[in-house]
Amino acid sequence: MAAARTTNARGGAKPAGKVAIPQVSWNQIRPAPVVLVSGPQGFLADRAMKSLREFLRAEDPALEVSDVAADGYTRGELASLASPSLFGEPRLVRVSAVEKCSDDFLEDALRYLESPPEGATVILRHGGGVRGKKLLDAIRAAKGVALEVVCADLKKDAEKYEFAQAEFQLAGKSIRAAALRAIVAAFSDDLAELASACQQLIADTADEITEATVAKYYGGRVETNAFSVADAAIAGRYGEALVGLRHALDSGADPVPIVAAFASKIRTMAKVSGAGGSTGDLARRFGLAPWQVERARRDLRGWTDEGLGRTIQLVAETDAAVKGQGRDPVFALERMVTGIASRGRSLR
Amino acid sequence: MGAWDDIIGQTDAVELLTDASRNPQAMTHAWLITGPPGSGRSNLAYAFAKALLSRVPGGDEHTDQQVDARTHPDLTSLSTSKVIISIDEVRHLVTGASYAPSVGRYRVLVVEDADRMAERTSNVLLKALEEPPERTVWILCAPSEADLIPTIRSRVRSVRLRVPDVTEVAALLQRRDGVDAETAERAARHAQNHIGMAHRLATDETARQRRDETLRVALTVRTVSDAVVGAATLLELAGSDASAYTEQRDAEEREHALRSLGIEPGKPVPPALRAQIRGLEEEQKRRATRSLRDGIDRILVDLQSVYRDIALLQFGIDDTIINRELLPHLRQSAESSSQASTMATLDAIATARHRIEGNVAPALALEAMLVAAQR
Repeated sequence: MAAARTTNARGGAKPAGKVAIPQVSWNQIRPAPVVLVSGPQGFLADRAMKSLREFLRAEDPALEVSDVAADGYTRGELASLASPSLFGEPRLVRVSAVEKCSDDFLEDALRYLESPPEGATVILRHGGGVRGKKLLDAIRAAKGVALEVVCADLKKDAEKYEFAQAEFQLAGKSIRAAALRAIVAAFSDDLAELASACQQLIADTADEITEATVAKYYGGRVETNAFSVADAAIAGRYGEALVGLRHALDSGADPVPIVAAFASKIRTMAKVSGAGGSTGDLARRFGLAPWQVERARRDLRGWTDEGLGRTIQLVAETDAAVKGQGRDPVFALERMVTGIASRGRSLR
Repeated sequence: MGAWDDIIGQTDAVELLTDASRNPQAMTHAWLITGPPGSGRSNLAYAFAKALLSRVPGGDEHTDQQVDARTHPDLTSLSTSKVIISIDEVRHLVTGASYAPSVGRYRVLVVEDADRMAERTSNVLLKALEEPPERTVWILCAPSEADLIPTIRSRVRSVRLRVPDVTEVAALLQRRDGVDAETAERAARHAQNHIGMAHRLATDETARQRRDETLRVALTVRTVSDAVVGAATLLELAGSDASAYTEQRDAEEREHALRSLGIEPGKPVPPALRAQIRGLEEEQKRRATRSLRDGIDRILVDLQSVYRDIALLQFGIDDTIINRELLPHLRQSAESSSQASTMATLDAIATARHRIEGNVAPALALEAMLVAAQR
C-alpha cells in the first residue's frame, strides 16, 4: 500500500544498530512471538495492535488477552502471563509504555526474549526515546523471533493524503481526488480526527464520494494557523485573512501568539526592505534563512516604507491591546488585519 | 550623624526624620518615603532605620554595621529583584511584625519596592498597618504616593524627596567614590541626577560605552529597515547591560547552592536534588526578566534625554543640555525636524515605556518607537 511504502522507506525513528528482524508498517502487522510497536504515532500503533488482536482472535476465539504497564511493572509478571496454561490457549500480552519501563521489566523482557514460550504473542509498545535501548537492540537482533512495526508520524501532507486514500480503498469506496484533498485539508492536525472523518464518510455514503459530500459534512471547517492568516493579510487578501483569523480564533488559537506571528513576519520584511545585495548576503547579515529572505522580498511587493512603518506601530499597539491594555482582543486583531491588508494605507 | 552623611539634597526630609527618631511625640508607626528613582529612597529608609535602632542618640557604629549588612535582629527588609513582590513574602513579613524588639527601641520593617505589590498583596499589609503592634515601625518606599492603594496611603505618613541637582550628585561621587571632578559632573548629568546610575556611569567604562552606543543608534535611524535593525541592537545592548548585573550573581548563587547541597564542582546533579537547582534557576530567570526590563527602561530614559535636548534647542534654550558632548549632532537634528515631530518622538518613548510595563514584547515596543523617531 502506498502509505506503507513511505513510512517504511524512512525506517522509523531509530535506524541505529543492526536490525536483523523484519520492519513493517502498521497495516502489515502479523503474528510473531515478540512484536515491537515503535514510534510516536499513537493512533497508528493502536490500530496495528487492534488488528493483530482481531487476527489472533479469529484464529482461536479462546485467546487470552492481558495488559501490562511497563512503568509500574513488578518482577515475574511477564513470565507468568505468557507461560502456557493448562488447556494450552493462545495468549496475547500487550505491554504499554515500554519507553518508561522499570529496570525489573528490562531484565524480565531480555530473559523472555531468549526463550519465548510456545503459543504466546507479546506486543511491546515503545513510544520513542532512549529508555530501554538495550532491550530495543536485543529485539532488533532476535532474528526469527521478533517483528518491528514502525509507527512514525505522518508529517507531510502527501503522507496524510495517502493515508486517507488507503482508508477509502480499504473500505472499497471510491472518492474523487478533489474531495480527498478537501478532507485532508480540513483535518490536517490530528490523524485520529482524519481517520474518523474518513470512517464517517465511508459509513454514510453509498456511492462515490464527491466534493459536495465533503462540503456537506465538513464544509467551512478549515484548519488554519497564525502564519497563514498573516500571509493572506500581507498579500492584501483582506477577506481571506479575516475569515482565516476567525477560524484560527474559533479553533483555539490565542490572540497573543497570533500577534507575535504577524510581528515576526513584518519584522523580517522591514529588515529586508532597506537592504540591497544578494539573498545569501542578506541572510547572513540578518541571521535569516535564505528562503526567508526570498519570501520577504516577494511579500514586499506593493508595500511602501511608510506603510511598513505604520504597520509596525499598529502591531505594537495591537500587542498592547491583546495583553490587557485594550478592551477587546478580537477587535484589536481584526483592526490589525484590516490595516495590514491595506498595506498600511488605511491607517491615519 | 554618620548615618545621614550619604543622603544628599534632602535637608527637609532628613530634619523631619531625625526629629522623629529622637522625639516620641513626632514619631508615628508607618512611614512612606516617596521620590523619583535615584533620589535615594532606600538609602534614606536605612538611615532612618539606623537612627531608630541605635541605642545612643546620634547612632552607634555597631548598629550601623548591622543595618548595612541587613543582619540587625530588629530589622526586617523586603526588596525584590523580580518584577513583583509575591504575596507569600509579605505574609511572612507581617507575621514577623508582631514580635517585640529584642535589642533596640523599635522593630523596623523596610519594604523597598512597595510599588511592586499587586493589590491583593497590598491588602495583606493593610491589616498590619491598621492595628500596629506598639513598638513596630513600617518604612515603605515607592516612586510616588499614587503607586500605592488609597487604603495604604491613608495609613502612613508621607515623606517626599526631591531630585538632587547635578552638582550635589557630582559632589557625592567625588567624595564617596573618589572620582575626578570632570567625570563626576558628566556622569551626574548623563544619569539625569539618578545617584545609582551616576555611580555606575562614573565607575564603569563599559556602561558609558553602552550609553553612547544607544544614543548613536537612535540618532541614525532613517528608514523603517534602520528602525528594526536598530531595535535589535538596542535590545542587545539592554541585554548585555542586564547580564552585567545578573550573570556574576547567578553563577555565585549556583555555586553556593551546589556547595550547600554537598555536590562537588563539576559533578552531575543527582536526580533527587534537581528540583532544588531548577527552583533556583527559575528564580534567576524571573530576576533576568526584571533586569532586562530595567535595562530597556534605562535605555529609554537615555533616549528621552536626547530628545528633550533637541526639543530645548528647538525652543532656543541651550544652557541645560544633558548630552553636551553630542551638541553638534543635536543642533543638526533640531534644525532638520519640527518641534511637533520631536514632541511626537518623546510621546512615542513614553508609550514604549508604558507598553513594556504592560508586558508587550520589548522588540516590538522598541521598533514602534524607533519608527516614530526616524527623521
